[in-house]
Amino acid sequence: MQLILESLFNGVAIGSVLLVAALGLAIVFGLMGVINLAHGELMMLGAYSTYITQLIFKQVSFLKPFYFSYVIVAIGIAFLVSGTVGILLERTVIRRLYGSPLETLLATWGVSLILQQFVRSVPLAYGSGLVIALFFGLFSPLFISDDLLHGAKGKLIRACNWGFSALIGVATGGILSSLVSKLSRASARNVDVTAPSWMRGGIDFVGITFPKTRLLIILITLISVLVVIFFLDKTAWGIRIRAVTQNRPMSDCLGISTETVDIITFGIGSGLAGVAGVAVSLLGSVGPNVGGNYIVGCFMVVVLGGVGNLLGTILASFSIGIMTDLIGAGRLLSIWPEMPSPLYSTIDFFATTSMARVMIFALIVIFLQFRPTGMFPQKGRMVES
Amino acid sequence: MKLSKRIFAGLATASLAVTVTACGGSDSSGNFDDTVTVGILHSLSGTMAISESTLVDTEKMAIEEINAAGGVTVDGKNYKIEYIVEDGASDWPTFAEKSKKLIDQDGVPVVFGGWTSASRKAMLPVYESKDAFLYYPIQYEAQECSNNIFYTGATPNQQSEPATDFMYKRSPAAGGDFFLVGSDYVFPRTSNTITKAQVKQLGGKVVGEDYLPLGNTEVAPIISKIKVALPDGGIIINTLNGDQNVAFFKQIQDAGITPSNGYYVMNYSIAEEEISTIGPEFLEGHYGAWNYMMSIDTPASKKFAKSFKKRWGSDRVVADPQESAYNMVYLWKQAVEDAGTFDDNAVREALVGQTFDAPQGPVEVMANHHLSQTVRIGEINAEGGFTILEETGVVEPQAWNQKHPSSKGYACDWTDPKKGEKYRM
Repeated sequence: MQLILESLFNGVAIGSVLLVAALGLAIVFGLMGVINLAHGELMMLGAYSTYITQLIFKQVSFLKPFYFSYVIVAIGIAFLVSGTVGILLERTVIRRLYGSPLETLLATWGVSLILQQFVRSVPLAYGSGLVIALFFGLFSPLFISDDLLHGAKGKLIRACNWGFSALIGVATGGILSSLVSKLSRASARNVDVTAPSWMRGGIDFVGITFPKTRLLIILITLISVLVVIFFLDKTAWGIRIRAVTQNRPMSDCLGISTETVDIITFGIGSGLAGVAGVAVSLLGSVGPNVGGNYIVGCFMVVVLGGVGNLLGTILASFSIGIMTDLIGAGRLLSIWPEMPSPLYSTIDFFATTSMARVMIFALIVIFLQFRPTGMFPQKGRMVES
Repeated sequence: MKLSKRIFAGLATASLAVTVTACGGSDSSGNFDDTVTVGILHSLSGTMAISESTLVDTEKMAIEEINAAGGVTVDGKNYKIEYIVEDGASDWPTFAEKSKKLIDQDGVPVVFGGWTSASRKAMLPVYESKDAFLYYPIQYEAQECSNNIFYTGATPNQQSEPATDFMYKRSPAAGGDFFLVGSDYVFPRTSNTITKAQVKQLGGKVVGEDYLPLGNTEVAPIISKIKVALPDGGIIINTLNGDQNVAFFKQIQDAGITPSNGYYVMNYSIAEEEISTIGPEFLEGHYGAWNYMMSIDTPASKKFAKSFKKRWGSDRVVADPQESAYNMVYLWKQAVEDAGTFDDNAVREALVGQTFDAPQGPVEVMANHHLSQTVRIGEINAEGGFTILEETGVVEPQAWNQKHPSSKGYACDWTDPKKGEKYRM
């Protein structure tokens, strides 16, 4: 019983890392059909946001008493940072490439390389300044009335908006680099996010140690999934997004602004990547390559679950997680020690982390032979197919 | 159109300027009769850049020091050392390509370079076919002995063997069972084969081993295995690489695999530089084994650390790979001066038997192109350094490991043409 419970917990823990990482992609790739290879780098930006938030809470005197809560603040910041960069990416690159998946793939791969090099060679303080400038530049027009933006002086007003945003960005960059010396120099070194002390260590319960960071990641994943489901099912914009996914020309005819839907969908997908970045920064180190480690897993989960189906993504990530633990940790052997010897030696052979990965990939390939559209294929006729 | 042309021209000039400064070498006053240009080949971009750039810094510093002391004296003439830095870009074929460029195009007499075994294996055929000379500064799995490579890092018998011995006999977990964890590539696998043979000889037991694919940071299955295999604590030998260590140590601490619960980790790839990235709070109480540790309390060691900080910034640290890189530049200089020429064959002959008062203590070049050096076992402390617990005497290098089943009984000797790369002892 204890073994099964421990295995289940481990599987859920591994699965929730996969799920939180793949959730954004499930929206961007699943709903919009955009193959975004820069998804991992949006996660990386989220991880760096956690690092910067941590440093700010450490250095700024009036925030110090709240250090224990920085991870929660970081989740919000990471969502905004990755969301902003994602929207910029959508507006500048992906929008022009809708309907040509190969070009999107290459272009987003290029963007991922640019983002990796960006965090290596630009001091993080100025990097955050740039993101803040982008944030204000992109979002403040929403609060200016349309008459002003498109009126006689529309161009001037928009230029002023960008000018002010740039000023705010430069100012933040300057303030950050003078406040936190670690952010003022560019460095290719991996940096470290240390969880506040209440989040370290484990909870002992029925003889099993539950690491607190893992519990927190499961919680973050759960909340993200619930929010996404609520958003897609219950809100007006969620319904519009689903309408556009199902039939873009018809939605367009019925007066849904498909362009706005694209921006919102991509922004939310990217923002979720940022949240995933916070989660993975608690497990490992934060570096330019952190996103690349997760991207294959993300696509695997989305494809296995069935493109366009959130429930499929959830089930796929948990089944991969549980399988990783059952096979990789050799737990099958300890649960059932008297199994026949040929089976025993086969499972023993696969009971290493690298071999377990081979095994799981093989199983997925076999599964996709029989169900090429994944666990839960989109039902009904799709206009685009 | 005109504007874009101008921008292009500007960019071209700028990039030219960058190349020129990059190739410029160092300036220092003094009267030199001539110059000699050497090659430095490490990754300055890509995943390995973080580690390898520290070697470039150290090699530059050693060259500057030699120049400040009058350069290399050959045949009564003083040569100033200049260097060309090439970027291996963490891409192994690039290392081979850039080696060819340095040897053929730039005509350098020596190349200092490499970090990963994969990069060395890629470069080896180039140096052998052109009969050129590579100096390689990293502790590695050995099982190789080339006439055209000079290895200044530790071989397994100069790092892992004394460390395993310490863990089994004198550590707080003495007599306990072993669990081996590593990244999935040649160094951890070879090193662990040797460790397994050694543990068997010592009478101990290896109860499990696992390898994490490079780039994978999901260590939860490994943690479960450790807890099953070592329920009451024991010895963990860790050969994980780079970032994977961060994930490993963060998560084992949360899972209760800590020194206070009887689990002691011996690390072969964690030096001062890595301790500061991982965070000493995760590593305190675990162990490391190296030839050089920054906390060595000798004037030579302190001077080395001090001049490095002075040259590159007070927040920088020095670690074992850097010390090896530093030593090899000096050993090359001494060998050239003894040979009286920059010619490879003469320098190679003069190199064997060279001694140098390194920051770690005296080192000597042996006939198998490796260094005899001191091994130290240290406990990682809260300040992010090592508290040195043990120091062996000078240990001779084994290019062919005597515990590895495939190389038992073999050795390498380049001073005797009849023996060469691999002969039966």
